[in-house]
Amino acid sequence: MPTNLSARLCTLVLSLVLIAFALPAFAGPFEDAVAKFANDDYSDTEEAIGAVASSGNKLAFPIINALQDGRLMADPDSKKVYVTGTDGKSIDAATGEAVASVPDSASAVRLNNRLRRSVDAALGSLTLQSPDLGARLQAAQSVFKSHEETALDPVESALAKETNRSAKTALGEARAAILLFKSDATEVQKLEAVATIKARGDQEALALLSDIGTDQPASVAKAATSAIGSIQNSLAVWSTVQNAWYGLSLGSVLLLAAIGLAITFGVMGVINMAHGEMVMIGAYTTFVVQEVIRTRYPALFDYSLLIAVPLAFLVAGAIGVLIERSIIRFLYGRPLETLLATWGLSLVLQQAVRTMFGPTNREVGNPSWMSGAFDLGQITITYNRLWILVFTLAVFMILLAMLRYTALGLEMRAVTQNRRMAASMGIATSRVDALTFGLGSGIAGIAGVALSQIDNVSPNLGQSYIIDSFMVVVFGGVGNLWGTLVGAFTLGISNKFLEPVAGAVLGKIAILVLIILFIQKRPRGLFALKGRAVEA
Amino acid sequence: MTPHMLTRSLDRGAAIFLAIVAACGILIPLSNLLLPAGSFLQVPTYLVALWGKYVCYAILALSIDLIWGYCGILSLGHGAFFALGGYAMGMYLMRQIGTRGVYGNPILPDFMVFLNWQKLPWYWHGFDMFWFAALMVLFVPGLLAFCFGWLAFRSRVTGVYLSIITQAMTYALLLAFFRNDFGFGGNNGLTDFKDILGFNVQAEGTRAALFALSCLALIFSFLICRSVVSSKLGKVLIAIRDAESRSRFLGYRVESYKLFVFTLSACMAGVAGALYVPQVGIINPSEFAPGNSIEAVIWVAVGGRGTLVGAALGAIVVNYAKTFFTSGVLAPYWLFMLGALFILVTLLLPKGIVGTFNAWREASRERRPAAASAAAEDGVTEPKMAE
Repeated sequence: MPTNLSARLCTLVLSLVLIAFALPAFAGPFEDAVAKFANDDYSDTEEAIGAVASSGNKLAFPIINALQDGRLMADPDSKKVYVTGTDGKSIDAATGEAVASVPDSASAVRLNNRLRRSVDAALGSLTLQSPDLGARLQAAQSVFKSHEETALDPVESALAKETNRSAKTALGEARAAILLFKSDATEVQKLEAVATIKARGDQEALALLSDIGTDQPASVAKAATSAIGSIQNSLAVWSTVQNAWYGLSLGSVLLLAAIGLAITFGVMGVINMAHGEMVMIGAYTTFVVQEVIRTRYPALFDYSLLIAVPLAFLVAGAIGVLIERSIIRFLYGRPLETLLATWGLSLVLQQAVRTMFGPTNREVGNPSWMSGAFDLGQITITYNRLWILVFTLAVFMILLAMLRYTALGLEMRAVTQNRRMAASMGIATSRVDALTFGLGSGIAGIAGVALSQIDNVSPNLGQSYIIDSFMVVVFGGVGNLWGTLVGAFTLGISNKFLEPVAGAVLGKIAILVLIILFIQKRPRGLFALKGRAVEA
Repeated sequence: MTPHMLTRSLDRGAAIFLAIVAACGILIPLSNLLLPAGSFLQVPTYLVALWGKYVCYAILALSIDLIWGYCGILSLGHGAFFALGGYAMGMYLMRQIGTRGVYGNPILPDFMVFLNWQKLPWYWHGFDMFWFAALMVLFVPGLLAFCFGWLAFRSRVTGVYLSIITQAMTYALLLAFFRNDFGFGGNNGLTDFKDILGFNVQAEGTRAALFALSCLALIFSFLICRSVVSSKLGKVLIAIRDAESRSRFLGYRVESYKLFVFTLSACMAGVAGALYVPQVGIINPSEFAPGNSIEAVIWVAVGGRGTLVGAALGAIVVNYAKTFFTSGVLAPYWLFMLGALFILVTLLLPKGIVGTFNAWREASRERRPAAASAAAEDGVTEPKMAE
């Protein structure tokens, strides 16, 4: 656009000269445009906005910005216009010179809704070439939404200079939006525009395409309709993907909370109601580790979780061994009594933590590699949820391998299957019991490290997981780690798919009722161990 | 039940227990009403309400003992039946408020006006009549228990699994009753009651009468439980508790026996809840909390599982201790004590207080004649009683 460019250069030079000499008598187009704000006439104001925005003058942004905020003051008598800064100091809008005070006769330039749109579009075009990538993306986005024809030139010139890939895409979409609504754009341009907007494929693209009006050529209208259909389909797919992701994420949390229970309850048959408290102890271990790091070695903060994981395993595991040796071993074969004793234990542990750390939530921070999010197609994935999923699967695999390939794992399975036979083969069953319980508790502890990243670390942390964990283990089938995995993800995903339909609480109630009914059908869970033993 | 059968089914401990409850039920209200305030023997009104609460808990404990102690069904959701009975009574009391509520609506309770509801939900109809509410106190928990038990016992869900799904049941109800649009007052529950059957719920006379009624209900519940467990049905229940499969192989319909006793127990819990609400003055969803149900189980364990007197005694002792400790400087340590109680009772006192006492008494009774004859033979004056 040579004419445009030369005009812009011309104004630039002129205004520079004018600023240098401060000679308002040599009024250039920029000054004329600014003076129009003082006419108190909507159409003059609109012309002024367009002229100022396209002037390229460095005052253009402050002027339009002030206009939007109601800080642009115009004096109808002297035709002078002033920008009142947010700090209360004022400048002459035409020259940029500071003025002592705005005359009393000046009043704020008025806007109506149509003008507000022009202001938004003008601001958008003014920031299209901002050095800050975020501002550029935002500006392109605002042009995309407003699709003001006046923004076409700035968008195109910005597009020519843009080097960043995502900003380029955004500007291309903004351009397409303008062309689609521009009455004199060619049919080819419009069809291309529809294709570009279709490629964007989000809710806003859908809104824009549904909004093109009836005066479009038939081919464009047809293309738009088909684009709307395909965007709707892809949005439906993405929303399913999103629910599935949320479900996987919830499932991983459930699995993490339940996996230790799958060992103590599933493998040993011990009802450990204090399991949630082991999770809580793991979370508080993380808190203590972070606290030490914060005060002594702040540089290590990003590694705090890596330090907390083995520590939490050891702390919770040691407490687990202690519990097994002092309480649970006296109660083998009396599951209901075990349930009551461990419930009492959970009260003691909660109260102990409450006494030591106070009843309120404690602050556990996210290390930098766990904060933030990235976009995948139309959904946003947060790093902490992703890491928890990865971590959960890793813990699961390690546990599975441990049970399968280590000597302790072999002994555990032997004791589970036939305690007396294992004892006669020389396995120290009571030692294996203690270690198994310690292992289950230790895994609950490292679950606590992960859960401290997404939940409040308070003495009640464990309570909120205990019922869910039991549901997962019972649903999946006792004594079967794979069952626990399938159970956790089934519950997580079905919960998240029920949530949009029934709401969060009703969805949860529905899941509980379904599990109760499911247990009637399969009292031993999804993957029950087959056997011929008759109970009692 | 003929008087002869009644006396036969009562041993001395049960008779003493009933006599004490009856005496409390008569004397405490009389002392509260007739003696001048501040007198040494006068029981203050707040204590009457507090002890009334304990008596309701004792009925709940009896209902748990009936199924756990005699049939081996450990329900961790009995608080749900208690709360449902309480809600049924609470709904009656809400309807009695009438125009005296904050918004003065003659039909709708305050919270519904607040939520901008236009008319009464269908399930609130009829609760302005006491007989209907009283029927619902039995019917709603009974129906829930019947449906739940019908499903669970027929598919032979037993032991720990049953405990866990009863816990899931009360948890689901907790979540449901917390919802405002469920129509039971959300997390505030039902409160601010004015009168019951025309008597002011706050009045001393009403409180004394409610206390006496609670004692009466406890006596009745005790007698019902007693007649169940000492009948032939009770023997079958104990057989099911000790060897379920064997009972089934002998031809007993195990699930029918369990279903009967579970439903009966739920109705009793409902009655306990219904008596509890006017004395406490509020019913809210926290009564459904799984922790409450588990705590009720520990009352039974402390007092003595499988002894009816023990269950009632356990409820009163543990709750008295709770009130005593949570009101003083020891409050932060109460949960330690409660937790330790759970652990120590299951580890050291599996039969509970009354069960251990009975066992000790029987042992010493057996030993005494033997010791006496030994003394006569050897001429030793003072035989040493081992243990």
